[in-house]
Amino acid sequence: MPDASRPLPSFPEPDTQAFWSATAAHELRYQTCRACGSVVFYPRGHCTKCGSRELDSRVSRGEGSVYTYTIVRQNGHPFFSTQVPYVLALVDLDEGFRIYSNVIGLDDPGRDMQVGMRVRVAWEDHGEVALPLFRPA
Amino acid sequence: MALKERDAAIVGIHEFPLRNVEGRMTSAQIKAASAERALADAGLKWSDVDALYDASEAGDTTGMALAEYFGIHPRVLDTTAMGGSSYEFHASHAKRDIGAGRAKVALLTYGSTARSDSRAIGTGGGRAGGGSSPLRNMEVSWGQTLIASYALVARRHMHQYGTTPEQLAEIAVVTRAHAMRNPEAVKAMTDLRFRDVREITVEDVVKGRMIADPLHLLDCCMISDGGGAVVIAAPEVAAGCRHKPAWILGAGEAVGYSENGRDITVSAGAQSAPLAFAQAGVRPGQCDIAMMYDSFTITVMTLLEDVGFCGKGEGGAFVQGGRLRFDSGTKPALNTDGGGLSSNHPGMRGIFLLIEATRQLRGDSTSQVPGAALAVAHGNGGQLGGRHAGATIVLGRD
Ligand SMILES: [Zn+2]
Repeated sequence: MPDASRPLPSFPEPDTQAFWSATAAHELRYQTCRACGSVVFYPRGHCTKCGSRELDSRVSRGEGSVYTYTIVRQNGHPFFSTQVPYVLALVDLDEGFRIYSNVIGLDDPGRDMQVGMRVRVAWEDHGEVALPLFRPA
Repeated sequence: MALKERDAAIVGIHEFPLRNVEGRMTSAQIKAASAERALADAGLKWSDVDALYDASEAGDTTGMALAEYFGIHPRVLDTTAMGGSSYEFHASHAKRDIGAGRAKVALLTYGSTARSDSRAIGTGGGRAGGGSSPLRNMEVSWGQTLIASYALVARRHMHQYGTTPEQLAEIAVVTRAHAMRNPEAVKAMTDLRFRDVREITVEDVVKGRMIADPLHLLDCCMISDGGGAVVIAAPEVAAGCRHKPAWILGAGEAVGYSENGRDITVSAGAQSAPLAFAQAGVRPGQCDIAMMYDSFTITVMTLLEDVGFCGKGEGGAFVQGGRLRFDSGTKPALNTDGGGLSSNHPGMRGIFLLIEATRQLRGDSTSQVPGAALAVAHGNGGQLGGRHAGATIVLGRD
């Protein structure tokens, strides 16, 4: 019987574990470098600009804009085949990091989705973690 | 033309003809069969091979196991795996290794039973993945299909530059026109039960079923079985081969990936192509032939810009009006074998870019450009909108 639930991150996974643990409290976390100030995302143990391992973890306001998107109309996966059509997007958070996610809460994505659209995080709870999805702001 | 570098040339090619082996052959068998034909094409022997390049695509028969399976003892082994662009990386490395005197006869092989295995490529579904990794953990939950990654680029390209679905469709139209002239491509489309095996129009593409907006069914490559082989040799070996050499004049390599603030309309090709052309001492505009990896129409548009045939964002206007047809009278001709869109896409079609470019330089293409002397093959592997690799190979004849 194929698993018809949404695929979730799995652990142990040292780089992303803290990020996902924070999602349970509906915190969207990102990292900044103490040495050079760069924003680091996806979560890692080092700064991607200077290599420093001194990183601070910060909580995002969860607001940003859609950098680009697509409306997926075909997917053979047992869960996502039940979700089509759905919106896959790259969202640029205002703090300067980019995340893959889904934009939900649109009556007609083909009509309503726009590049540059303002969005706000909307959490989908899955016990130990919550998924940061986005809704129109 | 004054050719600058002459340390290695493609001297043997073979494109495995079947696109559906119906489960009766393995990837390794396709590789071995193709290797034998490509060596015969070159006029070389099995035992002449002293360098083996492999993308580890054939199940358990990877790298060292492939040398064992073939029964050869190469001095150079290279298992660079960069998805569909692996073969352009291999050609780049073979040029380097032969130029350094470490080998004389390099063998590149490819075999895939993607069709028989019903593997998800062109319009296929989601990527599953076991185990934990930061990449999996950040990407697995959103339903990101392979085509969706390319659609993200297409949407942004349209937003940023005003590119239209009709302009993307032009790429599928010209590629199909070339495929209809290639009997192996026609047989492929027939064997894979394409609804219509005929030339197509822009309207056919844009009126087709949407798979992931803004990409339609005919914006996507086919899913086939297949494979091939390429033999690359040192000048003193090439001099005794059956065909005129297709010299590897320049090579460039790069990777691209999702980064905060990155312009995803620019691929790794923008880094690899200038390296290749600088080494070759020629300009993109001089190329008669452009073999651009066509997993999707947006891949080609992005690559035409990044390889340098037109400026960034100008691809839409550049491809219009059948300009890229083999008989348009303007340079370059695009994917004259019918490409991954309409001839052959078993998952990693980079080897076919080298093969068709070589056919053109020999004068053997089914959509031959008269006097073709300079070609560029650019492979793009992975996902265009995210993690991907690009490698550029410039080829020329004497
Ligand atoms: Zn730093």
